[in-house]
Parts: sequence; C-alpha cells; structure tokens
Amino acid sequence: MTTVNMDATTRADLVPRRTRSTGILIASLAVASIITALVSIGSGQLSVSPLEVLSILLRAIGIDTGIQPEHQNAEAAIWTIRLPRVVLSLVIGAALAVAGLLMQAIFGNPLAEPGVVGVSSGAALGACSAIVFGLNFFGEWTTAILAFSAGLVTTLIVYVTSRARGKTEVVTLILTGIAVNAFCGAGLAFLTFIGDTAAREQIVFWQLGSLNGSRWVQVAVVVPCVLIGIAASFTLVRRLDLLALGEKSARHLGVNVEALRIVAIVLVALLVGAAVSFAGIIAFVGLVVPHLMRMIIGPAHLPLLVTSTLGGALLLMLADLFARTAVQYADLPIGMLTSLVGGPFFFWLLRRTRKRSGGWA
Amino acid sequence: MGMSRDIQISARNVGVAIDGVTILEGVDLDIVAGEVLALVGPNGAGKSTLLGVLSGDEASTGSVDVAGRPLGEWRIADLARQRAVLAQDNQLSFPFTVLEVVEMGRSPWLRTEREADDDAAVLEAMRETAVTAFAPRQFPSLSGGERARVSLARVLAQRTSILMLDEPTAALDLKHQEDVLRVARDRARAGDAVVVVLHDLNLAAAYADRIALLERGRLRAVGAPADVLTAELISDVYQYPVEILNRASGDLLVIPIR
Repeated sequence: MTTVNMDATTRADLVPRRTRSTGILIASLAVASIITALVSIGSGQLSVSPLEVLSILLRAIGIDTGIQPEHQNAEAAIWTIRLPRVVLSLVIGAALAVAGLLMQAIFGNPLAEPGVVGVSSGAALGACSAIVFGLNFFGEWTTAILAFSAGLVTTLIVYVTSRARGKTEVVTLILTGIAVNAFCGAGLAFLTFIGDTAAREQIVFWQLGSLNGSRWVQVAVVVPCVLIGIAASFTLVRRLDLLALGEKSARHLGVNVEALRIVAIVLVALLVGAAVSFAGIIAFVGLVVPHLMRMIIGPAHLPLLVTSTLGGALLLMLADLFARTAVQYADLPIGMLTSLVGGPFFFWLLRRTRKRSGGWA
Repeated sequence: MGMSRDIQISARNVGVAIDGVTILEGVDLDIVAGEVLALVGPNGAGKSTLLGVLSGDEASTGSVDVAGRPLGEWRIADLARQRAVLAQDNQLSFPFTVLEVVEMGRSPWLRTEREADDDAAVLEAMRETAVTAFAPRQFPSLSGGERARVSLARVLAQRTSILMLDEPTAALDLKHQEDVLRVARDRARAGDAVVVVLHDLNLAAAYADRIALLERGRLRAVGAPADVLTAELISDVYQYPVEILNRASGDLLVIPIR
C-alpha cells in the first residue's frame, strides 16, 4: 500500500499520480499493436516477413529501405487485401472498446457492453434491412447509416428501460439485453426468411461477425466515423469521471447530465454502427478491454480512453490474425472467437460482481 | 446580526406536490451568509425535499433566488461555483481513490483563476474531515462512515459560499458528528452560508445559529435555538413529550420523557 505523507502541502506529496504505470501501459500497447500489425499484414497464404512489410509500407511514403520482397506480387497482395483488412480490424476493435467504455460510464455499470445489451444486434438489424430490401439511397453509406440509426434507437430503448432512480442494476440491464436481443433476433430471422440466397448468406455472416472481404471502400466509410467518435469521446472524459458520483452529485458539480447522456448515446451508436455495418456482431470486446485496463490503471476516464482505444485495436487485430491463420484455407468468423473468450470472461465478471455486492443488485 | 444580513438564497411560497400529494407548501425561508441554518422535523416532514428545492434538484412552485437571481436562470456550471451539496447517499460506480474523489470537488473551478487553489483546497478539506490517511484507498472499500466523511471532504473542497448538507452526521460516530458540525460552523464563521438537515435536535441546538422546524410540509417555526426548541413546540410537532434542559454553559438539551 502507498504510504501517506500526512504533512503534504501539495497533492503530489500526498500520493503520487498513477502516470508512470499509465505511461508504461500506453507504450506497451502501442508497441504491441505495431508489431501485431506488421506480423498480421505479412501472415497468410503468401507469407511476408514483418521487415519486408515495413519496407513496403515505408516505400509508400517515400522512404526506401533497400529491402526487396521475395515474392513478386507480395506488394499488390498487401495493398489490396491484407492492409485494408488489418486497418479495419484495428479501427473496429478500437470503436467497440470505446463504445463499451462509454456505455459503462453512462450506465454506471461495468457490465454494460454493446453486444450484451443488444445494441450490436439492433445495428445489425438495420444493416441487414439494407441488404434484404436492396436499399441504397445513400450509396456506400447506406448500410452504415441504417446500422447507426437502428443502433441509436436500440441504445435509447435499453437506456430508458433499464434505468431506475439514476442507476442501472445488473439484473435489469441483462434482462433488458435478453429482451432486446430476442426481438432483434426475431427481426433477423424474418429477414433471413424473406431474403434470397445471397442475402441470407450475408445475414449469416453478420451474425457470426467477420472481416472477410474487407476493402478500402469499407475502410473509407468506417475510419472517419470511428475517428470522429473517439475524438469526441475525449471531450467527455472529465464529465464521465464525475458521473461516477451519481447523477445528482455530478449535476451539483456543474455537469449537464442530460446533455452528457445524449452525446454519449449518439457516440455509442456511431461507433457500434460503424463497426457492425461491415464486420457484423463482434461481442465482448467492449466488455473485456475497458475492464482489463481499469484493473491495471484505475477508473479515470482519460487514461482509460487512450488505453482502451489501443487495447481494442490490439485485441481485434490478434483475433483477426488468429481467425485467418489458425485453420489453413479457412477464415474463422471473428465474432465467434471473441464470444468464445468473452463469454467465460463475462461469466467470471458476473460472479465477481455478485460476490462483491452480496446479491444481484 | 440582524441588521444587514447577506441573503444567499431566498425561497418564497415554495411548494412541491408529487402525484397529488403535498410534500411542501407555502415555505418562506432565507439562507443567510455567516450562519448555520438547521432544517429539522419528524420523518417525512419535507426536510430533504426542501433542501432539494433550494439546491435546484427538485422542481417547485413559488420562487427560489440564489445570490439575487432566480434559480432557473442559473447555468448548471455557474451554480456549481455558488453552492456545494452533500447528498444523503454517496454511491460511486467505479473504484476511484479517496484522493481522486475529493479532487472531483474542484472540477467546477477548472480553467478559472481559482484553479490555483486546487491542491490547498483538497488537502485542507481532507484534514478537516480526517480522511488524509485514506488518500490512496479505493472509495468503495471504505466503511459507511468513512465514505460519508470523504464525500463531505469533496463538498468542502468545492469551496463555495453556500454549503448544503443533507444529514451529514447520519452514519457517523459521536466524535465525527461533532467534528463535522464544528467544520460547518467554522465555515459559517468565515462568512459562508450553511444549511444542514439534521435529525438530532441536540446537535442542532449546539451548532445552529437558526433552526427551521418543518411539520408535514409546512414551516412551523424559524428562529434561534432557544425560540424553536421549546418543550411545547417540540412535543407537539414530534407527537412525543419532551423536556428541555438549560445547562449552565448555555446549551440546550432536548430530552424525551420516558
């Protein structure tokens, strides 16, 4: 335990800030992300070493390292197939982790997560309607916009129905999630039923979650949404800290709680919508990542936002690397993988929360 | 006192009704700089609701002016530099440390010139509430009484000229009850306006400059302890016979007749 200097005259004398461990965590996550990205871009049927990948990427910005790739078409494969996919996995991982963090902050509950409470399946329902009904009034953006709108409506419904007296209890939250997931599941079943074979295949892909077939067109839609979502989240961090005191106390400290909530809900819908519109339902990233980070560096939202962004990106890149390379000539659904790991983690968290509060409150 | 009293909050004809049930009715009350005002009354008399109206949490009929301006015209952020409020239940969703919680009290002053006082305000508030030794501990790991003191430290660190405390002594032992009310009285002596909801009439007698006695949503009496704490009035409002002892030191003691 940290010792306390009772005669402290400044805050730093009293208890040192946690900046050091935060700094180390941020640096490690950043380094691990870069290495994973280089390895991942090089991995697949056509294997390219991380060093060659680095030299190919550097060449694009005008730095010649003199290293020549072994394969003639390595460069083309990397630029057209591998890179967009790795970029998409990185951005979507960051989006899901940040969406989870925001939801946990406004629900005041560490178990809130877009997949668990049904925001992801709501957004998927919107995205799938676009396919089945052949909607394209916004061109490339149609799926994303429908996913965002449906995600927004779902988040609002969950938020309004699961709160009582300014707080969300675990049971209420999870039961609400069950109800929302059941309803959206029925909607997806209906769309699968009325859709043609091609549409059905796409819906199945949505429910499993997959980054297969990622191209630059999709990257161009997802990246701006996620960048805006994460950048805007940075403006909320201080107020999210205060919200941990409860709505009333936050308001007494000058936070416009209503406005904060609305902005956070729109951001969650934006991030989840962007992620779901092209990658389908990838659950538990938003639960696991912020939780692990909170365990290491504490609950302050500014460092938590930075580390969750990096951690989410890293986790989904790793999951995608595994999905592509674990079984030869097969591309495992990434949503299946995250749920395989996230499910037991969620269970463990539930048990721990229950033990701590002595019940399901 | 009594000549030019600096009125910080002025409530006129305040009423609150929830689902047709009257919680408060026709309350006129001034919160004055430099004095501790205790809100007392039986359970359900409307003490916390009145404090909620004065702090802007509860909507009401009638009018409430803070520093001469109607409450509704205040921006939430500006109000936070005017008054600090200690709520009855002090929850925390995430395991922030005690120091981080107390520092949250400084957030209204972010990017103002008073930001420079942050460290001093936090340390002083923690000393006054005797929670300095807990600084690195996680708030949820503290006992109920310790949490109440840390929450009070957060409110003191806000350093506003109006201080509103809803039952700050409820979870505290005898020593800390006295300590907390002494801090409240010191703040009033330094020029702040302090409103405190209290259950214990003897604490109100010892520390309040004025006592407001509520009875079923109406203000039954307001005045100096000696004027409000009479055997007749208290026995009637609380529906229980009491006697009042005048001790040699000048203190009043309210004793239920058993």
